[in-house]
Amino acid sequence: MDSLLQQISAGLANGGIYAAIGLALVMIHQSTHHINFAQGEMATFSTFIAWALIQQGVPYWIAFVITVVVSFVIGVLIQRIFLKPVEKAPVLTNVIVFIGLLVIFNSVAGWIFDYTIKSFPSPFPLEGMFLPKYFSGHQIGSIAVTLVVLLAVFSFFRFTPLGLAMRAAAFNPESARLVGIKVSWMLALGWGMAALIGAVAGMMIAPVVFLDPNMMAGILLYGFAAALLGGIDNPWGAVLGGVILGVLENLLGAYVIGSDLKLTMALVLIVTILIFRPYGLFGKPIFSRV
Amino acid sequence: MQITSKKLAYPLGLVLLILLPFVVEDFRVSQFSQVLIYAIAILGLNILTGFGGQISLGHGAFYAVGAYTSAILITQFDMSPYLTLPIAGLVCLVMGVLMGFPALRLAGHYLALATFALAIATPQLLKHKAIEKWTGGVQGLILDKPQSPFKLSLFGTELSEDRWLYLVILLIAILLFWLARNLLNGRIGRAIVAVRDQPVAAAALGVNLTVLKTATFGVSAAYTGIAGALSALAVSFVAPDSFPSFLSISLLVGTVVGGLGSIYGAIFGALFIQFVPNIADQLSKSAPWAVYGAILLAFAYAAPNGVMGIFKKITKRR
Repeated sequence: MDSLLQQISAGLANGGIYAAIGLALVMIHQSTHHINFAQGEMATFSTFIAWALIQQGVPYWIAFVITVVVSFVIGVLIQRIFLKPVEKAPVLTNVIVFIGLLVIFNSVAGWIFDYTIKSFPSPFPLEGMFLPKYFSGHQIGSIAVTLVVLLAVFSFFRFTPLGLAMRAAAFNPESARLVGIKVSWMLALGWGMAALIGAVAGMMIAPVVFLDPNMMAGILLYGFAAALLGGIDNPWGAVLGGVILGVLENLLGAYVIGSDLKLTMALVLIVTILIFRPYGLFGKPIFSRV
Repeated sequence: MQITSKKLAYPLGLVLLILLPFVVEDFRVSQFSQVLIYAIAILGLNILTGFGGQISLGHGAFYAVGAYTSAILITQFDMSPYLTLPIAGLVCLVMGVLMGFPALRLAGHYLALATFALAIATPQLLKHKAIEKWTGGVQGLILDKPQSPFKLSLFGTELSEDRWLYLVILLIAILLFWLARNLLNGRIGRAIVAVRDQPVAAAALGVNLTVLKTATFGVSAAYTGIAGALSALAVSFVAPDSFPSFLSISLLVGTVVGGLGSIYGAIFGALFIQFVPNIADQLSKSAPWAVYGAILLAFAYAAPNGVMGIFKKITKRR
């Protein structure tokens, strides 16, 4: 019983990370209707920036804030430079651009920070203050951070004029443009925010899995699965999907299939969801006009 | 004049391709074999992505399955290497059709995502304990290279096993390209393109979308699987980590660089993914893949129809 609870609590903590990556994907999907394959690599790169700052002696939370801001700027710049020219191009062109970015980020991270595995500090105390038997300080901390990010994203989209404008730009770009919304800049903003959320997720996962340029490959897959499970248009769904996945992954890994098929499980999940409920548990079906 | 030069070009090119292995060193020969293998794999992906409009980021998985099918049949069942090639193709055809069913319901990004997951999960699946008896687990399988059945010497160069294999691969590549050309230039090819451009209109005109799309997926997978099987012979070694997710990405890169929806573009794409990583390595020792990615981006913006698109533009202007 005890080990079961421990598995569940560890799953909750991992789920928080998947949720955050899923959230970043939902962000980009909401503002552009694209799935960003470079999301994981971008998050890793941001984490490296934080690592470099902390190595230089910058206090953790200051490094955290700098990283988040820098990531936001990088995200906006990427949209402006690389994605604006192909905004109206076919899906395939966009996917190719994402793949190009993935390769570049991965390789540049390896080039600047080399491929050795690095440990990344956690800002949270070792002992959790809440149920210390089941949760480490870092696990509680990362869950809390994920929740804060989620709340911020939700309120931003729900309650601010800018959030409304972004939703409008994604929902109906033509009409949004007619009422004076700068659609293209809304997309850039969406990219910036996604990069920001990805950076937070990267910094939260790095203490657990250690930092190297390929850190995110598997996590990204779970982030995708989380976003899809919850419905790619639904931030709350992404978070819930992430948590469900995290727990499921740990339980299945511990009791059913063993830890060496984790990625395969994500694959099976993604395909199953896409076939049976492509809009996820909480999303709405999308119809396209012929 | 135009017609005669075209008539001459094919046999002349063929003779050059046959003679090529006899004028270069052994390791160059295996590089050129690899180019031909990639060309077949890219042609397979192009049938699906370029002509059929279905994006796959997971064709490395079919390549791996083809390679493993061939390797297992040779090492565990003592089968003739040549006989394993059609079997590898058949296995991948079935797998492709099975993958094609979910693909029916997935479009654009979602299909790319599902196949991307396939690419990432492949090495892990190949390592799994349940099939270790056949796959050799993490260590993989070592094969013998097929020997040339006769002795021959041209320009003072022996027909070594690498050169023999090159000629075998060349023969298969020509056969597969010829088949693909006939398939795509005919009625079925037009139907495939029609489904890509206007699925609703195509269905209204009597094209069976389900059958056509799954069949396209199957044929595409079969091509890539045969390429994988040939690569197992050429490298004479298979292991889970020979098929990383970057392989799938490379194949897509090759398709884009060669030209989406063009048959012979596959050759340029194959030359690109075989030689450019080396060149990129020389350009920047530290970040060769970044150069690779930058070239990919350059193609996406400047030449979305790849090398073949550039050719077409030049010949049109004349």
